[in-house]
Amino acid sequence: MVEFIAYLIAGIATGAIYALAAIGFTLVWQTSQTINFAQGEFVMLPAILVLLAIKVLGAPVWLGALIGIAAFILIFGVGFKLFVVDPMIRHGVLPLAIATMALSIIMKEGAKDGFSAEAQTFPSFVPSQTIQVFGASISLQHLAIIAVAFAVIFLLQWFVGGTRLGRQMQATAQNPTVARILGIPVERMVLLTFAINAALAVVASVLISPIYLAKFSNGEVIGLFAFIAAIVGGFNQVRGALVGGLIVGIVDSMAAAYVSSSYRLAVPLVLLVVIILLKPEGLMGRKEERRV
Amino acid sequence: MTAPATRETLPQTRSLPLPGFIDGTLLTLLAGAVILWFAPVGMGRYGTYVLSLWLVTSIAVMGLNLTLGYAGLKSLAQAAFMGLGAYLTAILTTKYGVSWYVCFALSGLLTFAVGLVLGFPALRVKAHYLAFVTLAFSTLIWLIMRNEQWLTGGVFGISNINRPDFFGIKLFNALEFHRFVVVITFILAVVLWWMIRSPWGRAFTALRENPIRAASLGVDTRLYTLLAFAIGSAYAGFAGALYAPLVEFIDPSPFSLSQSFFLLLMVVAGGSGYLLGPFIGALLGVVLPEWLRFAGSLYLIIFAAIVMLLLIACPQGMSGLMERAYAKLTGKGAGR
Repeated sequence: MVEFIAYLIAGIATGAIYALAAIGFTLVWQTSQTINFAQGEFVMLPAILVLLAIKVLGAPVWLGALIGIAAFILIFGVGFKLFVVDPMIRHGVLPLAIATMALSIIMKEGAKDGFSAEAQTFPSFVPSQTIQVFGASISLQHLAIIAVAFAVIFLLQWFVGGTRLGRQMQATAQNPTVARILGIPVERMVLLTFAINAALAVVASVLISPIYLAKFSNGEVIGLFAFIAAIVGGFNQVRGALVGGLIVGIVDSMAAAYVSSSYRLAVPLVLLVVIILLKPEGLMGRKEERRV
Repeated sequence: MTAPATRETLPQTRSLPLPGFIDGTLLTLLAGAVILWFAPVGMGRYGTYVLSLWLVTSIAVMGLNLTLGYAGLKSLAQAAFMGLGAYLTAILTTKYGVSWYVCFALSGLLTFAVGLVLGFPALRVKAHYLAFVTLAFSTLIWLIMRNEQWLTGGVFGISNINRPDFFGIKLFNALEFHRFVVVITFILAVVLWWMIRSPWGRAFTALRENPIRAASLGVDTRLYTLLAFAIGSAYAGFAGALYAPLVEFIDPSPFSLSQSFFLLLMVVAGGSGYLLGPFIGALLGVVLPEWLRFAGSLYLIIFAAIVMLLLIACPQGMSGLMERAYAKLTGKGAGR
């Protein structure tokens, strides 16, 4: 039981990271029909950029973090929208999906060639200690991840549902034509979505890198689990991505502990197939209608 | 100047277009096969190997072209399917002494069957779910290749894979095996050419252009997309069965998820939906870096960047670019 609690906390912590990535993924999907196959690399790269800024510029950690994060949001939030999605979307959704695969290769190989092929330590903002709760030793880092990730997600929920700007964004996602008629600057809203996606990726990256180290290949697993989380939770909802992320994180953590450490990846994959077979619209999702 | 076969001259009368009808694509394939039969003479072992590798990759890309270019589905497991074929062939030939020809057929059958099993639940829902299911499958296969040491040799792989013989003639020599690869590639390409031109294949194209319209015209979309995916996967299995004896050593790395992405980029670079596109795509993806002696991951970056530019400028890839250039040239001629 004591062990179980520790694994549960670890699962919720990694699940919160997957949820952040999955939420960004669904937001971008909703507003621009972009399936971003580079989503995992989006979570991998900010940490690399931060380390690069610290190393190359010789900047202190806080300045390096600021520069790396700003550069990432500028290039992969705004730049991604303007220079990849915009020119590509007129050819259709399929070429765009393939372009994001090409982007994922560029990001991954670029991080390997331009920075390092080895895993690098990443500065943590909380001490790597454990505390005792009911006899279970729980890592402070896991607790910090859960706290920050949930704070960010609730902030986002409040922004989307409770502010004028957020509701305009929601309207854009639901029906861009009507939104435009109502005078909402649709283009700017879509751009905002991409910036938010990049910002969420940054949060996920900064949270997870102290534990898993910063490595060019980190994106593979994170990306895969973010996709699974989005599908398990339901493709068209932020809430769904949150639930999906947590489920995948917990399942992954339990699988590592109780099934097999070399096949821990396989268990969430089975979950994916079961969901697609039984409830393809996801646990929280609504059925989408087909239009001609 | 008009091509011998324009779209108007193709009647929909016979259900079986016999090979008495020859078009430019088939002639190009034939000419290519003859050239490649003689090309490596004096090229040395390595040059010959690169050419064979090009053809083997082309087979996998051809299959993916059927899935992506004709049926409009994203499969992210083409390299994993290739791995399935390669490992099946390697294990059965080295450990159990099974004939390569049997393994070749089994590789195709196995990947076809796995394609059906994966495609059925995914395509029941929505086409882009196939991308996620194949993504998951790709990871799973890679895990098995790496972890099940007793079967796959883990990261050390399987070595000393024998090359097959052809009616008693041993194909140990690089040149002889290359010619064997040329013949098989040619046969597989012609089969695909025939499939796409058959009424059955035209239903694919209808599907890609407008799935809902195709459905309303009585095309069983689910069955057709499923079959396109399964056949495309079987081509990867065939490619894998050839890859194992060509390299004579396999390990999990050429069958990873990144490689599946890379194969997709080759389809797009060559021109998805063009029968000859895969050969161009594989040429750019496999042969060019070998000839230019580029480091692996740097070339990957350059290749991916080129594909992105191509997608912006001309989503039909190199084949589309050539078609445009040709149309411009002939268009000028007609204008005068």
